[in-house]
Amino acid sequence: MSPRLRWRKFVSNFMLTLTGVCAAVSVSALFFVLGYLVYNGGTSINWDFFTKLPVPVGEVGGGMANAIVGSAKLLLLASLFGVPIGFLGGIYMAEFSNSTVAFVVRYAADLLNGVPSIVIGIFAYAVAVLPFKHFSTLAGAFALGLMMIPITLRSTEEFLHGVPRALREASMALGASKWKTIAAVVVPAAYRGIMTAILLALARVAGETAPLLFTALGNQYWSPGLRQPTASLPAMIYAYALSPYDDWHRQAWAAGLVLLALILIVNIFARAILSRGGTVLR
Amino acid sequence: MASSTTTVSNAGPSTGSRSFLSRLWDGDEIARIVTFLFAATVVLITVLLVLQLWHDSSLPRHKFGLSFFVTRVWDPIAEQFGALPFIYGTLFTAAVALLLAVPLGLGSAIFLAELAPQKISDTLQFFIDLLAAVPSVIYGLLGMFVVVPVMRVYIQPALKHSLGFLPLFQGPAFGVGFLTAGIVLAIMVIPYIISVSREVLLSVPRDQREAALALGATRWESTWKVVVPFARTGIMGSIFLALARALGETMAVTMVIGNTPTISASLFSPGYSIAAVIANELTEATGEVYFQALVELGLVLFLVTFILNGLARLMMVLTTQKGSGMGQV
Amino acid sequence: MHASVRQAVSVNINPTTVTPSREAATPATMRMNINKVNFFYGSKQTLFDVSMGIATSKVTALIGPSGCGKSTLLRTLNRMHETVRGARLDGEILLDGKNILAQDVTQLRRRVGMVFQRPNPFPKSIFDNVAYGLRINGSKLPIADAVEKSLRHAALWDEVKDHLHKSAYELSGGQQQRLCIARALAVEPEVLLLDEPCSALDPISTAKIEELLVQLKDLCTIAIVTHNMQQAARVSDSTAFLLMGQLVEFSPTPHMFTTPSDPRTEAYITGRFG
Repeated sequence: MSPRLRWRKFVSNFMLTLTGVCAAVSVSALFFVLGYLVYNGGTSINWDFFTKLPVPVGEVGGGMANAIVGSAKLLLLASLFGVPIGFLGGIYMAEFSNSTVAFVVRYAADLLNGVPSIVIGIFAYAVAVLPFKHFSTLAGAFALGLMMIPITLRSTEEFLHGVPRALREASMALGASKWKTIAAVVVPAAYRGIMTAILLALARVAGETAPLLFTALGNQYWSPGLRQPTASLPAMIYAYALSPYDDWHRQAWAAGLVLLALILIVNIFARAILSRGGTVLR
Repeated sequence: MASSTTTVSNAGPSTGSRSFLSRLWDGDEIARIVTFLFAATVVLITVLLVLQLWHDSSLPRHKFGLSFFVTRVWDPIAEQFGALPFIYGTLFTAAVALLLAVPLGLGSAIFLAELAPQKISDTLQFFIDLLAAVPSVIYGLLGMFVVVPVMRVYIQPALKHSLGFLPLFQGPAFGVGFLTAGIVLAIMVIPYIISVSREVLLSVPRDQREAALALGATRWESTWKVVVPFARTGIMGSIFLALARALGETMAVTMVIGNTPTISASLFSPGYSIAAVIANELTEATGEVYFQALVELGLVLFLVTFILNGLARLMMVLTTQKGSGMGQV
Repeated sequence: MHASVRQAVSVNINPTTVTPSREAATPATMRMNINKVNFFYGSKQTLFDVSMGIATSKVTALIGPSGCGKSTLLRTLNRMHETVRGARLDGEILLDGKNILAQDVTQLRRRVGMVFQRPNPFPKSIFDNVAYGLRINGSKLPIADAVEKSLRHAALWDEVKDHLHKSAYELSGGQQQRLCIARALAVEPEVLLLDEPCSALDPISTAKIEELLVQLKDLCTIAIVTHNMQQAARVSDSTAFLLMGQLVEFSPTPHMFTTPSDPRTEAYITGRFG
């Protein structure tokens, strides 16, 4: 073997090993994140965490019950706002629209999807907070709902398109009208994909903090109704992390662990469902 | 039968011969209109968003014009607003992030697409997808309590010691700053580079690789000199996507960058980014000009990410076209 | 039956039964030898005990119906089968008497080149496509001269000499395939393997390439897989007929196509199955 060939083979093996190292490093980041959260927050996860309110500044103890409920409220409302728009809009795109309208709507949805969450926050602040002169759960839900719309719309459209023509034609041939076909045949056929896409959208939005800083703000207590500021897990993590109190840091880690665990579980669950159905998620 | 007109016309667009009222009651037409309204709402919301950003930034735009982008001073009390420190911080941290993320991400993508057996490649990709799902505030948490101390105690002093003659590595080491923010951002954008690049590399036709190997190339030579160039448009697209993400990141950045509007060549210096200053000051902004200056920053961020995302999409389209038009007779 | 068996045996051993202008493979020197090769994709066996030779400076054709293993066999000759997971080869393949399976594969592939079924130029200029192999492996001549030499050998030089820096994708299909031949020739291989090189081309391009192959014999040994029997008859000196992974008959081309020894060969050639 010539020296030149020996060198080339060495370079080849070296570079290829290096790519393996890159992959290992990249993947290990996930485990580092999980590891630190478990290590720093695991011990703080107790019954108190889930049931008690935060205690006054400087005191030890308490929990994040209000943040957990707050996040749940926000997500529920956000879905009530964002999912119907995305879902029904997606139905229009897949079943009724012509290509020009479809292009415009798709473009708008992609645009909305690419907007940084802080800018969504500005918009929500201007539209849902300033005119009413106070922060509220509704405003927070509005901001989060906005972020759910594009994902829901594109997924609905995609999964509906994936339903075979033959299914639709069979229904219409039996005399069902178009909307009945959509409601009774097409949507149920695409149901699994759409549900999992919505779950993934929820998981993504559950971790968003920036838009909430200007809308739901935060609250050390319960937030009755919808028109008051509310605590949420991500906002609480942010506030506690920035504080100078060790006890609050500890709780921030715990909250981070709970939040990430929920998000990852939903992600794993949703992807597992989708892959069993034979679809690949982008 | 006269009544058959209502049932027969379900499948197609309604004909003009039917009365307006009968068309109105038709389930299909209602469904069409209702769903159209929802689809239109999406467009409406997007338009409103752009309009709001434009309208609510008009004061500083008229007052400062283009000098807004090159002025260093950000003084709310004197009502002088210059965006340069934030633009600088955003770009500097994004540059650091890409410098770290692109080699690491591309290397990983090459491994996943060219070397790893399918099952391992899919499993690792799954973990990478999970990494992309981690919220920004949690990266911020880890940044603040894990990365910053490590930077302050070990890495920054070591860099200063060895490379301190460069202006990049001078100044006191606080732990927070451009470098730390860049590192955290790099971890956040790597999944995007990996997912897209891996997909593009996997779609390179087999016979390109084989042709290179058949000429006596080593595996690395065939990958680096043939497969990767073939996929370069898509890889560029993934980098634009990553850049758009890095520029818009708020929470993780504001937790580790130091939040001081400084312009410095040193990586160790604390700084500020557009997203971070908006997050910290929007709700505290007293006075309309102050508020609108922050909105203008938001507008800038919006425009830049809009362009980058558009370019990235364009590259994706170009890639798929290339794949289908190859080697055709 | 008795006579044809004797004839079958005698064809392989005794060259004088064949027309003198083309000699049978056996007495000529064999550039490559395939000895008792068995090939497996996972648990499925696709080549059964194949033994034959590729004669120096001659064109050997591999023919047979789809799925008979001719491409598989061709690809073992430069160990391209190793790019597929689960592929396993038992047996011996010799290049100039040395077993290629025991050698360094990168070096082997410089000596045994390949042209693929569909033209697959790199996304580079015409010049850079031909130069690619030279730049990697090193070249005795200055690169520009070596590129010109290869393009001339591939009968493409006159058509592209003023456009060397244009993208290879601007060429027609037939030109792209000749470019791929030039690219393979640039590294001066001793053997050139062609896997159905004309199946994606129009008749005129096909004719040009067939003409080319006959001339290239002097440069290197050629092995070509083709599903087009007329092509095999036109260009090759010896032909091997494979059926379901087995080598049914291997004899000088004129003999194969006029008086095939095996009834299965005759059935294939006369079109009784595809």
